[in-house]
Amino acid sequence: MITLKINGIDVAVEKGTTLLEAAKFYGINLPTLCHDDGLTPYGACRLCVVEIGTGDRTQLVSACTYPAEQGLVVRTHSRRVTDVRRMMIEMYLATCPSSKTIQDLASKWGVSRCRFEVKHEDCVLCGLCVRMCAQQMDGRAIGFVGRGKNRRITTPFDEKSDVCRLCGGCMYICPACQSRCQGPQERSPICNACVACEPPCLVPWDDMKCYMDPCVWCEQETKRKLLAESKVQE
Amino acid sequence: MDVDKIIDKYGGKRRYLIAILQDVQEEERYLPKEALCRVAERLGMPLVDVFGVATFYSAFSLVPRGRHEVTVCVGTACHVRGSRRILEEFERRIGVRAGCTTEDLEFTLETVNCLGCCAIGPVVVVDKAYNGEMTTGRVKGIVDRCREAAKVEAS
Ligand code: FES
Ligand code: FES
Repeated sequence: MITLKINGIDVAVEKGTTLLEAAKFYGINLPTLCHDDGLTPYGACRLCVVEIGTGDRTQLVSACTYPAEQGLVVRTHSRRVTDVRRMMIEMYLATCPSSKTIQDLASKWGVSRCRFEVKHEDCVLCGLCVRMCAQQMDGRAIGFVGRGKNRRITTPFDEKSDVCRLCGGCMYICPACQSRCQGPQERSPICNACVACEPPCLVPWDDMKCYMDPCVWCEQETKRKLLAESKVQE
Repeated sequence: MDVDKIIDKYGGKRRYLIAILQDVQEEERYLPKEALCRVAERLGMPLVDVFGVATFYSAFSLVPRGRHEVTVCVGTACHVRGSRRILEEFERRIGVRAGCTTEDLEFTLETVNCLGCCAIGPVVVVDKAYNGEMTTGRVKGIVDRCREAAKVEAS
């Protein structure tokens, strides 16, 4: 057993546990984008960053790839960590604003601006589908191709692959595939609709897709409509 | 098939993947699709991994390359010494843009971001021979010499 400190709590975990697993086991939730329990850690999205060490000598590491060490001091929600995390989310928003997962992260972490040029990519290169295909489906039909800004995920020669069995595992695990809430701000790079409106929603909304349960924009809309109508009647 | 010969030369070991691909590239001047499939099959690797390696390195090409490879350095040091103009001159003389191959498969024109010999810049590499202190005036000579060589070979 290894003992370490996470957010001031003394915890004990098995040797070989990653910081992410340790945190999760003790009920501390870290946002992740490229991690899945059934797949090997990858460390691509950097959303799971945590601060390790004490005093001036702290360091940011990705929790999903960092193994727990004896006596390590970990902070998962320090100022430095949240700042970095929110910056990462902001960049993801600029990359792929149509993804529900990313919009939800933005709402949850209170990211309400996006200072980068919006790219509207449909892939964030988290590599989940590649690992899903290879490790869980034993397919090895897709992989990373190219380098640098030309890096993308595809099949060999961009052709239909012989080894692909159309299992759909890649789509199942993709964080960018599910499209975002078609709420009032569907065109803007940041939705934030579910957190930005008040008062809270009272009407249940069938198509609610926001991370907040229930969604609130519908009520605002109804209100606005009612107000407009009443004005017309006057 | 000579791809098999190359693979045999390396004992069919996976860790020689890059060496094998380099030899294929050397021989064919590009990596044909069949060759990649064969390599994957012989080494027992997923094709997508072989494809990933082949697309990762700029030394590999998936489309046929020209007989003569002209690489113009456009790194910082060469740039300030006017490599842009030299590149433009090459583009004009050869008739293709940087990164392209002529239709008759005679030339491939590439750019590179520093060759590590900035002192002799601007640098142009023609068929692996380094030409330092390039000037736009020397471009014509180089291109003509390559064309000549091709003609002699053909005759
Ligand atoms: S979850 Fe750790 S880097 Fe993506
Ligand atoms: S910049 Fe051209 S050789 Fe370094």
